[in-house]
Amino acid sequence: MANTQSMCTSFLPQLMSAQHNFSSTNVARTVNTVDTFKAALYVTTSGTTTTTCLCASVTAYATTVNGVNEVSGTNYTAGGVTVTNAVNPTSTNTSVTAGVGYWTPSANIVYTNVTLSTSFDTMLLYNSSQSNAAVAVFTFGAQTVTAGTFTLTMPSNTTSSALLRLQTT
Amino acid sequence: MAIITTTKGDIDDSLLQYQTGSLDNENETTTWDEYYLDGELVHRSVHVTLKKSPLTDFVSNLMG
Repeated sequence: MANTQSMCTSFLPQLMSAQHNFSSTNVARTVNTVDTFKAALYVTTSGTTTTTCLCASVTAYATTVNGVNEVSGTNYTAGGVTVTNAVNPTSTNTSVTAGVGYWTPSANIVYTNVTLSTSFDTMLLYNSSQSNAAVAVFTFGAQTVTAGTFTLTMPSNTTSSALLRLQTT
Repeated sequence: MAIITTTKGDIDDSLLQYQTGSLDNENETTTWDEYYLDGELVHRSVHVTLKKSPLTDFVSNLMG
């Protein structure tokens, strides 16, 4: 096999673990501590532009993001719940030029005994240790919960189904 | 018998009417459990399993 230009697969989980800093100035963060990630729920919206929806344009958690409100209701705390993280990001080579870095929380995300009467369809994953920086937005069919439990079951932590995946092609 | 948490307090499930439903598409598998007391919804739990997740592609540009 000849040498082949590619991005190193090992770089991908290292990005997820903040082991690289390409900024020309030092960004203000502490890299030798574990961050806490949280999951907040947001109400259903009909917005379709980058400024009216929970979507790729989100930069940080807030109770209102792009005009979309976080849910509120009995036993729901603003900011959502802490995501259980006992698994390090990892990676798998898929060819000589490509690979996947991936990570999945080690437990389901559960909101227990809540009443959320306003329809919601979105979960924002964010880093509460780093100025609530947004990570990813996940959507599902609109739901309400009444004196019950809302569970987001985590997918298998694999190259094809992990909750977060960075892929080189 | 089981005790169900409801908007009216904990109630034995034998006193409630139960309904369940599900949704299965390319994005998610979702199930829900509903309990009614005299026609009033007093408990609804939802379980969502996402099938797709955001995928970020990196392409390293060829040099030269």
